[in-house]
Amino acid sequence: MKPPVFDYHDPETVEEALDLLAEHGDEGKLLAGGQSLVPLLNFRLARPENLIDLNRLGSLTGIRREHGSLQIGAMTRQSTMEHSALVAENWPLLTEALSYVAHAQIRNRGTIGGSVAHADPAAELPVAFSALDSRVRVRSARAERTIEISDLFVTHLTTTLEPDELLVGIEVDPVPERTGHAFVEFARRHGDFALGGAAVLLTLDSSGSCERAAIALLGAAPIPVRATDAEQALVGAAIDEKAIAAAADAAIADISPTGDIHGSAEYRRDLCRVMVRRAIAAANRRAKGEPEPESSNGVID
Amino acid sequence: MGRPSRRREDPRLLRGEGRYVDDIDLRHQLHASFVRSPHAHARVISIDASAALERPGVRAVFTGADLVGEIGQAPMVWHPKDTEVLVPDSWPLLRDRVACVGAAVALVLADRRYEAEDAAEAVEVGYELLPVSAHPLEALADDAPLVHPEFGTNVCFETSMGGGDLDAGFAEADVILERTIVNHRIAAVPIEPRGALAEPRGDRVALWTSTQNPHLARTYITRQLGWDEDRLRVIVPDVGGGFGCKANVYGEETLVCWCAAKLGRPVKWIESRSENLISTNHGRAQTDEVRIGARSDGTITALQIRVIADLGAYHLMFTPFIPATTAVVASGCYAIPALRTDTVGVFTNTFSIDAIRGAGRPEGAHIIELMIEQVAAELELDPVEIRRRNFIPKEDFPAQMPHGPVYDSGDYHGSLDVLLEHLDLEGFRRDQAEARERGVYRGVGFATYMEACGIAPSKIAGPSGNGLDFSMWESAVVRVGTDGAVTVQTGVCPAGQGHETTFAQLVADRVGTDPSRVKVVWGDTDAIPNGMGTAGSRSIAVGGEAAALAADRVVAKARQIVAEVLEASPEDVELADGRFAVRGSPDRSMTLTEVARAAYITDEMPEEFEPGLEASCFFDPPGFVHPFGAHAAIVEVDTETGRIEILRYVAVDDCGKVINPTLAAGQVHGGIVQAIGQALLEKIEFGPDGQPLTTSLLDYALPTAAELPDLELDRTETPSPVNSLGAKGIGEAGTIAGTPAMVNAVTDALRPLGVEFINMPLSPQAVLEALRDGARDAAPSAS
Repeated sequence: MKPPVFDYHDPETVEEALDLLAEHGDEGKLLAGGQSLVPLLNFRLARPENLIDLNRLGSLTGIRREHGSLQIGAMTRQSTMEHSALVAENWPLLTEALSYVAHAQIRNRGTIGGSVAHADPAAELPVAFSALDSRVRVRSARAERTIEISDLFVTHLTTTLEPDELLVGIEVDPVPERTGHAFVEFARRHGDFALGGAAVLLTLDSSGSCERAAIALLGAAPIPVRATDAEQALVGAAIDEKAIAAAADAAIADISPTGDIHGSAEYRRDLCRVMVRRAIAAANRRAKGEPEPESSNGVID
Repeated sequence: MGRPSRRREDPRLLRGEGRYVDDIDLRHQLHASFVRSPHAHARVISIDASAALERPGVRAVFTGADLVGEIGQAPMVWHPKDTEVLVPDSWPLLRDRVACVGAAVALVLADRRYEAEDAAEAVEVGYELLPVSAHPLEALADDAPLVHPEFGTNVCFETSMGGGDLDAGFAEADVILERTIVNHRIAAVPIEPRGALAEPRGDRVALWTSTQNPHLARTYITRQLGWDEDRLRVIVPDVGGGFGCKANVYGEETLVCWCAAKLGRPVKWIESRSENLISTNHGRAQTDEVRIGARSDGTITALQIRVIADLGAYHLMFTPFIPATTAVVASGCYAIPALRTDTVGVFTNTFSIDAIRGAGRPEGAHIIELMIEQVAAELELDPVEIRRRNFIPKEDFPAQMPHGPVYDSGDYHGSLDVLLEHLDLEGFRRDQAEARERGVYRGVGFATYMEACGIAPSKIAGPSGNGLDFSMWESAVVRVGTDGAVTVQTGVCPAGQGHETTFAQLVADRVGTDPSRVKVVWGDTDAIPNGMGTAGSRSIAVGGEAAALAADRVVAKARQIVAEVLEASPEDVELADGRFAVRGSPDRSMTLTEVARAAYITDEMPEEFEPGLEASCFFDPPGFVHPFGAHAAIVEVDTETGRIEILRYVAVDDCGKVINPTLAAGQVHGGIVQAIGQALLEKIEFGPDGQPLTTSLLDYALPTAAELPDLELDRTETPSPVNSLGAKGIGEAGTIAGTPAMVNAVTDALRPLGVEFINMPLSPQAVLEALRDGARDAAPSAS
């Protein structure tokens, strides 16, 4: 339960960090909040030769609105975003997603950028950002670029970031009027990795029909996935029980979650359908401004 | 006695001022790291430590070969009565062959923990893989790979316990039910893993270790090392939980002592969390084939159980004994005229099974409490009513059971009555019916349990016929100092239960002083005459009684002293309200402090007077104590996700006279939570190749506060006749009652959906699968 030997670097500026990253590339690992990396090190599942600690890079922290869009610094702590009134008011899906992320102590250290770059398909934030069509800003000593979140994730714990690239921030566009959100998941214990879940945004037109739908699935595939068929099925429709059930069926038609000792692939697939159904229903309710029902069984339904 | 008070150890522990093994660092200490087998079964072909020895800070590497002639076999000290048990060779570092993942094959000593772990990784061990039997049922098959080929079988032992006419009992039955009840493998998970630090001190060695049993540790470590007992001093600092898994003496403890003596330097080993989950004993791991017969009015006529007990590969100290205790409590609170339990202990290529909180008795309670509700459902009887029809009546105590045990005292109707007062069962049944209309499934499950604890009575659990080389009496010394302050030395050894508080309270009461004037000392073999440690809910009923009786002896001497000083007859001296007074003349009295002064600082006593004011006591009770109670869980099941929410958990326990209700409640809380953990979440899992799959707390899921309801507790009080305190044990009660209450509740919730029976752990997937099977069974057949 002790990490193998590594060299430790703690750059004070982003430029310094990028130089270190350029120098060590594949042999370097970035330390953000450390909530995933440190256990991996202690189990000796990760064996980087160099650890580049980003915790002194104050310029990468902070949440602000620019031209209507949300700009989140990569080193912003999850608890900071959890308690951000700006986020709660304008991007409540993120606030709701954070309520499922581990425990308060972990959110105090865990960072937004770290969670996205770690690319765990059972993590909440990548799924919420996927539903919000977010973009990540990336820098290297060579260049700077923006990656659509749909182009970021490759597979379990793998992104399209180059070895010398640093995720510096996340951008989220404003959410349209008459949009309801819901983040729903089910884990065996509060704070565990979910067995399944869904993030949903529904925008209704003035008649109450669905104008736009975003459905992202948690723990359904090696990466956060958008259920595009289900989204299509909802657009233009009145959101009733039948439409919700059809969308939920469509959402899981093509997924093949990975089973483990906590739940088989079949169980997780069935669960995803339930999660999508409950999330759509909740988002629809919120889009219409209907009151929140009393929570039954701890999950929104 | 009987007064609630806060735990006096808490300010220290809550402020981080506790001192655990890992808080102790000695100059020049070396750190140990173990090389453990990554294979469930393999021949060890070679061990090459040359690369490890070249790493920085490394001082030594030892393998099994280095221990030949130096360290003896690991002890197995307790087996089922009059039963032949196969005992595989087991050394602190295995030689030639390993039969489970986690078995140690080499030990690295380095200046720093990091260096030791790096070097342990660099020890190259060549293995030749051997076939694996990872599951007990598979291990029983004719062609199963043998865990220990030299035995020619995977059956370690077979034993039986029973009484009454089983054939007649089943012949009398109107209904006979058969179920296979799985009580899966769990881990104890103390918040402080194991750890040991040994320091050479001249000819002796001092060992700080996180254990429940300092004196047994001294005995068995020195026996393995061929040392005189006195050469080893075992010291137990604060211990962060034991739950049975620290009742054992482990090879790691023996090895650090040996290394310290050999190298002349202190040696420290602190277990990692993964090691704790992989290579500290597991518990339960039973598959119980049960057959029960009942008349149509619900009267149970016969009970037959076949316990298939997974033992793991090697014996720890009590491994074969644990599953056999299931038979002792097999009939629970019920007057079942005929019962028989056949237990087969099976070797598997997994880590050892041994005691975890309840140790065999939770399995017994689980069986009978599930079966009583199965019978109730079959006969469409109320689960409360069927229990009442079968309870051993209050008047029958002490109750001689057909299979041998004598239950000391009990009032099973009484605790159930109190439970029902709290529960409002009729109200719940209305709510349940109304909720079902809305597609919401709620259920109530009961457990009316009894158990046998206060482990000691030599006449029953003594050395004869079961391999024990000790008797489990308990000892205490009560000493009043010259200033009247009292010291209690006890042979029991807390791991967080709060003995500092309870022992001070009960001795203070007996000697007429304030608990704040009583200091409790434990856990040091140089300071405590002898002891058998804390296990089997024995601390108060056996150790507390020893302290109480020693206190009585002190009081007897105090009365003589008072009689002398106040010129009265000792028979006329009474202790009341903290004063020793002469009967009839309340103004003639002395406090304990005054008595103490007279005992030590005097020239006025008669010639035959022996100065001093202290007494010791060894207490060996005439029988076990049998706590009991009634628990109920109310749950709601989300039939779409399989999620189980506990809406209420109500527990009424009876552990006889209670020393401190706050601490007793704490024990019940912890026990219930451990049971809920097993029922819903916790399971030690192995792959078919014997690879452990639950090696961190990410995968071995303990319940957290978020998963738990407020626990509603109450007590009844039926004193035990086997000790003067009237006390029974309470440490294991919650663990024993909790699992059947939970499983019965979920079964009750899902019965309208066709679910008749479900096994633990009630994972969301297991719940949905049960619903699917239930729906299939309920559907009209296709033909």
